[in-house]
Amino acid sequence: MKTLVIAEHDNTRLAGATRHAVTAAALLGGEVELLVAGDNCGAVVDEAARVAGVSRVIRVEAPFYRDLLAENLAALVLSLVQLKLYGNVLAGSSAWGKNLAPRIAALLDVAQVSDVVKISGRGCYQRPIYAGNVLVGVESDEAVQVLTVRTTAFDSAGDVAVDGAPAPVEVAEAGPDLGLSTLLRREISRSERPELGAAKIVVSGGRGLGNGDNYQRVLTPLADRLGAALGASRAAVDAGYVPNDYQVGQTGKIVAPGLYVAVGISGAIQHLAGMKDSGVIVAINKDPDAPIFQVADYGLVADLFEAVPALTATL
Amino acid sequence: MKVLVPVKRVVDYNVKVRVRSDNSGVDLNGVKMAINPFDEIAVEEAVRLRENQLASEVIVVSCGSAASQETLRTALAMGADRAILVESDAELQPLAVARLLKAVADREQPGLVICGKQAIDDDANQTGQMLAALMGVGQATFASRLVVEGSAIQVTREVDGGLETLALKLPAVVTADLRLNEPRYATLPNIMKAKKKPLEALPAASLGVDIAPRLRHGRHEEPAPRKGGVKVADVAELVGKLKNEAKVI
Ligand SMILES: Cc1cc2nc3c(=O)[nH]c(=O)nc-3n(C[C@H](O)[C@H](O)[C@H](O)COP(=O)(O)OP(=O)(O)OC[C@H]3O[C@@H](n4cnc5c(N)ncnc54)[C@H](O)[C@@H]3O)c2cc1C
Ligand SMILES: Nc1ncnc2c1ncn2[C@@H]1O[C@H](COP(=O)(O)O)[C@@H](O)[C@H]1O
Repeated sequence: MKTLVIAEHDNTRLAGATRHAVTAAALLGGEVELLVAGDNCGAVVDEAARVAGVSRVIRVEAPFYRDLLAENLAALVLSLVQLKLYGNVLAGSSAWGKNLAPRIAALLDVAQVSDVVKISGRGCYQRPIYAGNVLVGVESDEAVQVLTVRTTAFDSAGDVAVDGAPAPVEVAEAGPDLGLSTLLRREISRSERPELGAAKIVVSGGRGLGNGDNYQRVLTPLADRLGAALGASRAAVDAGYVPNDYQVGQTGKIVAPGLYVAVGISGAIQHLAGMKDSGVIVAINKDPDAPIFQVADYGLVADLFEAVPALTATL
Repeated sequence: MKVLVPVKRVVDYNVKVRVRSDNSGVDLNGVKMAINPFDEIAVEEAVRLRENQLASEVIVVSCGSAASQETLRTALAMGADRAILVESDAELQPLAVARLLKAVADREQPGLVICGKQAIDDDANQTGQMLAALMGVGQATFASRLVVEGSAIQVTREVDGGLETLALKLPAVVTADLRLNEPRYATLPNIMKAKKKPLEALPAASLGVDIAPRLRHGRHEEPAPRKGGVKVADVAELVGKLKNEAKVI
């Protein structure tokens, strides 16, 4: 049974989440095909064809796929599944994948399994519920298995060898343009830093920083020194210290870096849900009873305004 | 324009749930329940639309057991006009809920549906998107800003890299993210008033849709706890541990 992985991209580059989804797809058995739907997305098609484990790239281009909006994409995937009899449809569990996959599942009249962290075979999964406090086994007999997969739980698929052959590319016809939604603008944060979801080290700040200026003044030098991505608690985002895409947690990004440094973060379960699979956790908090210390490998009870600059200076 | 807001009764977000000793599920005995936090935000948004004369009526709907009446009363106390309980004691999975909501939408013909982005029990993050598909309308998930302009809306969404703003024709389905608004507290007089607002109970079976669960939930387990760490005395000790023990820097 063939699996269709839906590529997330910006018409220029393939998103990291898709490579993790390809690795997960291989665990279902059968061939893995990658759908690249977009507009002038040749560079993505080339990149997709070189991803190890992909047996074919399906290329579909139309102006109305440019922004990868869910309505037209879901309609396209529905027709591809009917035409090519895919048994499984996968996307990474990014904001984009979460937006798209349930719409596809409903059109196919099947249940969808979200945020899969373990695949024991087709129809046999594990996923977190209750903010990651519980892992549940899920079994599905649906004719088409529609899944989103948590990127931190599956490795990123690399490229085929330099002298290896890229996967063949098949051009497929565009689906309908439903005209239900249009993109007006995107305000995407540009940063020189590593991407939060993929970084090896993450420095995260919470309400303890007090304001956005403090956040930048105290945490940026540390992140620079460590080559780290910057993250935040919901409280820090809500208070406007940093943009929304910094949020780590149940409803933000799920990260699992080698080192996670939580500064002025209390450690609410919703925050822990997003970072407790990190390799090593460091917490700096002035409250010795803060719950973050229960998950921290190394806890430092200190005023962050003294400890963090001292740490930065020592590194 | 009518606004339909689906609300779910879930375990309160402050509760750390426990798995039953036979791993068959989560122990909900005596656990505090509440309206799903995202749905509270959705109700707030809908009530504001009505207060600003952009909506004529706010209808809240919950699918579940009779206990969900309590959740609906909470939403009514926040300012919703009337409530519908789609009653079923069976397990309702997102596709089933989406179908029930579709049937309610067929009856009520709302101009806008505002769901929560995800239920904090199943963390599925599916129902709004599925409902939009079944209704054949546009969707704007993870909304942090909603502007109604005649027969269209503009929605700013929280996406991985930042924000994006979509324009959608109505009817449409929006799902609320945390920063859409700050929900009001229900005042005592409004809680009293809410008791008199209409709450209609519809047996799920009367809506004529297939709600049988499609997924089987097997073993529930708590993730392996992290090994207890240590407190370090100062920055020098911390750096030493990171370099020599953990070897992460
Ligand atoms: C539905 C829902 C979803 C949620 N999703 C998320 C999510 O995805 N991510 C998330 O993070 N939260 C989420 N939350 C919010 C979560 O419950 C907490 O409110 C939030 O994580 C708290 O952020 P915080 O730790 O920065 O703030 P606080 O809890 O206020 O903690 C601040 C900490 O800073 C310490 N501090 C203060 N000053 C100093 C100082 N000078 N030096 C050292 N330490 C200091 C304090 O001791 C305290 O521990 C969600 C909540 C709900 C209801
Ligand atoms: N049983 C239910 N009754 C009413 N609304 C629901 C129910 N389940 C889910 N919803 C709505 O769908 C949203 C997303 O839920 P979920 O897909 O389960 O994460 C919730 O925030 C609610 O708005």
